[in-house]
Amino acid sequence: MNEFLATVVRGLGNGSIYALLALGFVIVYKSMRVISFAQPAFMMAGALLTGYLVLSMNFFLAVLVALLLTALLGAGVERLALRPMIGKPVFVIAIITLGVDIVIRTVVNSFIGLDIRQMGDPWGLEQLGVLGARIDQRHLATLVATLIVVAALFAFYRWSRTGLAMRAASSDQEVALAQGVSVGRVFSLAWALAAALAGLAGVFLSTGIGLEQNLWLTALKALPVIILGGLDSLGGAVIAGLSIGIVEALVGSYGDNLHPVFGGDFFLVVPYLLMLLVLLVRPYGLFGAREVERI
Amino acid sequence: MLAAKNLEVVYDDVMLVLRGVGLEVPQGRIVALLGANGAGKSTLLRALSGLLDVHDGEVRRGSITLDGEPIHTYGASRVAALGVKQVMEGRRILADLTVEENLRIGGHVSPRSIKANLDRTYQLFPVLADRRRTLAGYLSGGEQQMLAIGRALMSDPKYLLLDEPSLGLAPMIVRQIRDVIVKINQQGTTVLLVEQNAAMALSIAEHGYVLENGAMVMDKPAADLLADGDVREFYLGLGAEGSVKSFRDVKHYRRRKRWLS
Repeated sequence: MNEFLATVVRGLGNGSIYALLALGFVIVYKSMRVISFAQPAFMMAGALLTGYLVLSMNFFLAVLVALLLTALLGAGVERLALRPMIGKPVFVIAIITLGVDIVIRTVVNSFIGLDIRQMGDPWGLEQLGVLGARIDQRHLATLVATLIVVAALFAFYRWSRTGLAMRAASSDQEVALAQGVSVGRVFSLAWALAAALAGLAGVFLSTGIGLEQNLWLTALKALPVIILGGLDSLGGAVIAGLSIGIVEALVGSYGDNLHPVFGGDFFLVVPYLLMLLVLLVRPYGLFGAREVERI
Repeated sequence: MLAAKNLEVVYDDVMLVLRGVGLEVPQGRIVALLGANGAGKSTLLRALSGLLDVHDGEVRRGSITLDGEPIHTYGASRVAALGVKQVMEGRRILADLTVEENLRIGGHVSPRSIKANLDRTYQLFPVLADRRRTLAGYLSGGEQQMLAIGRALMSDPKYLLLDEPSLGLAPMIVRQIRDVIVKINQQGTTVLLVEQNAAMALSIAEHGYVLENGAMVMDKPAADLLADGDVREFYLGLGAEGSVKSFRDVKHYRRRKRWLS
């Protein structure tokens, strides 16, 4: 039981990171109908900036400043690399994001160097005893922070004027334009939000274990998440992120004795197996766009 | 006054759609714009509301002025903020948003008066008030058209450009829409009405234009247009061809329009 609880919390912690990354994908997809492959780069950039800023200020302040800078980077990338491509085929734009990803990641890597960079976070690898289970504090912190951010994000989309404008632009750009919404600003904001969310994911991913060059591979886990949750569903991204985190953790804890064929690191491929399964059964994801139609 | 002068619009750098069009919409009036399919009516509206860019269109020559200020270089959002709003053809409501959210997005450029404008819109369209929490996609065709008009009115525009509001609606609903247009005009909004349903448009407009192949061929008070033989024959389906009772009398050729000579 203790191990189970610890496993679930670990899953929720990792799942939160996947959810944050997936939200970025979904936000960009909703605004531009493009899958942005630059998310791993923003994730690394956010973590790296925090790692540097934390040397001269409080951790929380450092995160805040780093996320703001990452958001600016995201908006800048959109303005310089993607805005001129509006109206071009989506495929072309997706490939451009891939290029952007490589460029940013190369720069970030040269700053990271070969050492592991610490975030200077207050949690480290400290543990907490809850009901006899040993739980990593960082997983709890990740989960709580994610829930707060997600709630704020949903409130923003639901009630704010800008959030409504973003939803309108995602469902019909010409109509949004005709109502006076500046669609260019919507694009910028979407990229800034996506970059900041990825940056936050990067910070929490590197708490405790530290930031190193290969960490970007974790961002790929967001792909099964967006497939599972549906490309255009924010709620789906959160639920799918948390579920994939939990499934992965459970298989990690209990999967060793499933069958010798699977070996010890089977949990690493489980998210992708789930993705294949979902693609076979519900290609638009569990929470993908519900078509509204009058009969 | 919203005016277009000698307007030339080109799509994709090659397709010349408007060839020197002039149009004047004086404040407080209802002006009708008639024309067959492909005449360039929607293009003219897009030019007026700044939406050409979305369709790769471009104003090559001429100008559009709003009270003397040239606006044809402005983007759609700026034109909307200046008080020129277009209700696009085919309603184009945001199906996955609720009715009220659709209306709120219409008030995007005037966030401070959203509440007052919501009240006014609900008064104008009581149907929408009853269904404010419904997803807009579930509304009937007529309700959707009212929502589209209501949405445009949410920013209290000075000029309302309506593109075929009667499209695909039952005659009774068309009458309702017509009455609403008159009411909106009485409340102080100037209306430019683009219609295939020429009888409906001319019954409420004071002035009418006829656009054909990208050029204005007629520009007369609505009453004169209603009396004009060519308009009666080609746009109202009356006159020479309409009165034929036997197939034996049907002409093998269509009479050439007088304005073409």
